[in-house]
Amino acid sequence: MNLSCKEATRLLSQREDRKLALGERVALRLHLALCRGCRAVSEQIPFLRRALARYFDLPD
Amino acid sequence: MAFKDDLQALRPYLLRYASLHLRNRDAAEDAVQETLVAALAAEAGFAGRSNLRTWATGILKHKIVDAIRRAGRERPLEGEDGSDDFDALFDERGHWHEHPDAWPDPDAALQEKQFLAALQRCLEGLPPRTAQAFLLREHMGLETAEICKELGVTSTHCWVLLYRARMALRECLGKSWFGQ
Repeated sequence: MNLSCKEATRLLSQREDRKLALGERVALRLHLALCRGCRAVSEQIPFLRRALARYFDLPD
Repeated sequence: MAFKDDLQALRPYLLRYASLHLRNRDAAEDAVQETLVAALAAEAGFAGRSNLRTWATGILKHKIVDAIRRAGRERPLEGEDGSDDFDALFDERGHWHEHPDAWPDPDAALQEKQFLAALQRCLEGLPPRTAQAFLLREHMGLETAEICKELGVTSTHCWVLLYRARMALRECLGKSWFGQ
């Protein structure tokens, strides 16, 4: 299965919310190996969760 | 008496917190008011705990989810429909028009107050239901099935809301903070 970037980013989002099927994981890994843009997004999406945790942790 | 004053001192924080989630001043005021009343009544439940803000925020979270649930029942599909609106990012074959770049050392940004202010502005820029879905998931830790139920939307719509929130936030932070 050849993913488009749109499909790959959708899986990158869903990966935060559900366990991806084996086929999805393989397709995603293949896509990320070849696509720098989606690779960047794959790091930015989990970062949002860390940023939010930090935001709500503010002392003030 | 001191307990009551300590609670009142938390009001601005609680109001900011509720406003971010509910996007409606009246609803936020109500949730905070209910929280303060419940907290006062439950003073004994707080005894021995170290952090009043964490404890009060825990109560407020329940009030917020209740308010979101009520709103979801009253106006289930108001705006923000399930259609996909990332045509600006992708071409007709689903490839990036302009592929995103990695952010340089994003975790260092977490130490900066200005970054967190930028994050808040990006959150406030999301459509209300999109923001609610995202915060219920990422901050409240609800599962997507629960989120769909609380918001009164289908599960497909729920995935779309979460996807949209994440993509919009990364776009917004990229522009406003990481200079892309």
